[in-house]
Amino acid sequence: MLNKEVAVVGGGPAGLTASIELAKRNVDVTLIDENLQAGGQLLKQTHKFFGSEEHYAGVRGFNIARELIEDAKDLAVDFLLEGSIYSVYEDKVLAVKKEKSTRLISPERVIFATGASEKVINFPGWTLPGVMGAGAVQTFVNQHRVLPGRKFTIIGSGNVGTIVAYQLLQAGAEVAAIVEAADEIGSYYVHANKAVRSGDIPVYTSHTIKEATGGESVDSVKIAQVDDSWQPVPGTEKTIDTDVVCLAVGLRPRTKLTSLTGCRSIYSSTLGGEVPLHDESMETSTDGVYVAGDVAGVEEASIAIEEGRLAGVSAASSLGYISNSAEADQKEEIRGRLELLRGGKYGEERAEEKERIRSIFNERLTRRESSTVRR
Amino acid sequence: MEEKKQDLRVNNHPILKGKSAGDKITITVEGEEIEAYEGEPIAAALLAADITVFRRTKKRQDPRGPFCGIGLCTDCVMKVNGEPNVRTCITPVEDGMVVEKQGDDREVRKNAK
Repeated sequence: MLNKEVAVVGGGPAGLTASIELAKRNVDVTLIDENLQAGGQLLKQTHKFFGSEEHYAGVRGFNIARELIEDAKDLAVDFLLEGSIYSVYEDKVLAVKKEKSTRLISPERVIFATGASEKVINFPGWTLPGVMGAGAVQTFVNQHRVLPGRKFTIIGSGNVGTIVAYQLLQAGAEVAAIVEAADEIGSYYVHANKAVRSGDIPVYTSHTIKEATGGESVDSVKIAQVDDSWQPVPGTEKTIDTDVVCLAVGLRPRTKLTSLTGCRSIYSSTLGGEVPLHDESMETSTDGVYVAGDVAGVEEASIAIEEGRLAGVSAASSLGYISNSAEADQKEEIRGRLELLRGGKYGEERAEEKERIRSIFNERLTRRESSTVRR
Repeated sequence: MEEKKQDLRVNNHPILKGKSAGDKITITVEGEEIEAYEGEPIAAALLAADITVFRRTKKRQDPRGPFCGIGLCTDCVMKVNGEPNVRTCITPVEDGMVVEKQGDDREVRKNAK
């Protein structure tokens, strides 16, 4: 068994910044990721980020990944790539499978930055080859540089749906349609604007997918208008020629490992599903276990970058690497930036939801402490 | 047909620019040779060659292809060099690799022994 001060699970934006903050303070940290390369979903993003300098404004996603990986390597973060965690035992012992062997890692603190997984909707024909997640399309096109088809229909017009749409245009593919059940496009204006300003992509709002058809793989998709109660309106069906149906219908926190570790969670539709309860330092209900990024509620990469930093600082200070006064200042600075990122009409609802999660966490913790005393 | 195959590779991207592709190699899929590039996963090479059906379901023999692209859903598993249930979206190609569709239940069980 390998003893470590901190294990960070997941090498996306949150896991990388957490590792960097820890290594900066000379904490012995291992970053575990199941892929060949760290960087997470940032590796597949071709657009420039916005925000401020601390959030890499103006830098393209894949370049942010490169910078963070470089910083982590300069600080001698120990990378354990192609390592899949298949279980978590008592006292936070992580069982990691790499190639055909397994190893046990026993860390004093764990930061789970496991990200999110894609949601799926079902319809007749959804198992046909050619129906795939938006993440798969991004992975094939921007990472492996292969188009999984020629004519794409995108289901869902949130940030992921509209970003994939213009990434496909960049790669020279045809986007036959964006289909959205709500009566307006769901993404940030900047992304929607880039995807539809060309005029090349028809956007069907108030529409849903009824069926994907084809013998061996998708050759067309049937859509229909929906009424106020989201039911398809008979007689409004349209058939669109397409060979890839790309599902961009949302993400949910990837909480398998946090639940194995005994972290209590709560359902939040705003944040994508079950979210591990956590306090303002990103610590969960299990002592010494932290969360950061999408696993702590689906938001966006710049938030993940800051939450990773916050979790890293918290874990480092709990191990005695930061003085109490310095800790407070450093956390305040990060929290201030998180507040800014969650400003505006898109962020407010998420900010309130995170606050609700913190207050439930604190309430339960207080109750637990008082019941312990009584016993 | 050759031209049609070529257009699925995104060789010149306005932002990602030219791909620093690995060496060109050959793999065999269902008895036919296709080209692949070192460093890419098997699934990418198949999609670039216009192959969309990767396997069939055991009972109904329904076609299946890549779904998640990151090794989680196992919809893209194939038999690789005789070993069944290999996740082709995260397994890199190797020169001379033999890739086959799976879906015959008895065949899979026999190989798993």
